[in-house]
Amino acid sequence: MNASTITIDILRYRPEMDEKPFTQSYEVPYSADLSVLESLQYIKDHLDSTVSFRWSCRMAICGSCGMMVNGVPKLGCKVFLRDYYPKKVTLAPLANFPIERDLVVVMDDFIDKLESVKPYLIPEKEKDLATGPHQQTPLQMEKFKQFSMCINCGLCYAACPQYALDKKFTGPAALALLARYNRDSRDNGEAERMKIVNQEEGVWGCTFVGYCSVVCPKDVDPAAAIQLLKVDSSKDYLIGMFKPD
Amino acid sequence: MSNTTEKTYTRSHEPIFWGLFGAGGMLTAFLTPVMILITGILIPLGLIDSKHLSYEKVHLFATSWYGAAIVLVLVALPLWHTLHRIYHALHDLGIKRGRDLQQVFCYGFAFAVSIFVFTLLLQMF
Ligand code: SF4
Ligand code: FES
Repeated sequence: MNASTITIDILRYRPEMDEKPFTQSYEVPYSADLSVLESLQYIKDHLDSTVSFRWSCRMAICGSCGMMVNGVPKLGCKVFLRDYYPKKVTLAPLANFPIERDLVVVMDDFIDKLESVKPYLIPEKEKDLATGPHQQTPLQMEKFKQFSMCINCGLCYAACPQYALDKKFTGPAALALLARYNRDSRDNGEAERMKIVNQEEGVWGCTFVGYCSVVCPKDVDPAAAIQLLKVDSSKDYLIGMFKPD
Repeated sequence: MSNTTEKTYTRSHEPIFWGLFGAGGMLTAFLTPVMILITGILIPLGLIDSKHLSYEKVHLFATSWYGAAIVLVLVALPLWHTLHRIYHALHDLGIKRGRDLQQVFCYGFAFAVSIFVFTLLLQMF
């Protein structure tokens, strides 16, 4: 039986009583198979019930437990104390988002960005139900599948230095989502979405730092999606010079 | 006429600069090390006979139409690459004031030097 403990520092902020965020330390019994999220649940159940944090699935699927773990955007349920022990673990709310309470951040801007890219199939013409389902070859699906694996955790926005500098930037997850629809053979909305892509706030706000793809827990590789969109946008620019709309 | 529910989108001119940046980056990455290797290491060490890079030979190369084109591209594109990077680095460093001026200075410098090299090569013919 191992009776050792690990220190967990949490950046706390309760808007109704704290003037500004401050760090509070907790000692949690260490066990190698405890995730950071489970250690938070231990704190809430046994040490301090006032600590707030988001979670749901505990298995890297819902995307709600994003937080800064020792300064790196991570899913709390996908990192384990053994990755840090015997050093302490420092938890903070996701960077680049306003704090709502303790480790909970305001995601509104992120959600607005996701909604802004027309993330739905825009078919060329309505298909009659009687004609059956859309057919797609494995190759056609391969073109967008990776970009459809996003769980909207927001880690890439916490990692993005351009989003940090300018909140108008559409950002990694939303642009990957846009690419996901543009690259879908069933979709015909590319022309509409290229207007979003072509802006300064579109792909051109990105300087290919690539940290978004490093932190992404689902290997979506939003940086790759954005670079592909830059090529599309450049083609669109050339076409636009000869055929202005 | 205008649809109030549809957002207005402004197209960025970045593709031009990004294209020059990309082309210049490619050259810088692949050719600059080779050129440094040849002119900075192999020739001084005598591993390549310096006769191959004598003034007459280089002049002959630079005054042929294809040689002049290669020299121009080798100087201009990496320059556009560098100044594009500097322009964006200024933004990354949080220098928000005078973005327009920064842009004029950065790309203006790349443009001016490109033209300078171009005329220099032309008057050598
Ligand atoms: S792209 Fe990756 S890091 Fe970004 S929100 Fe989606 S799953 Fe999270
Ligand atoms: S709790 Fe669902 S992703 Fe971590």
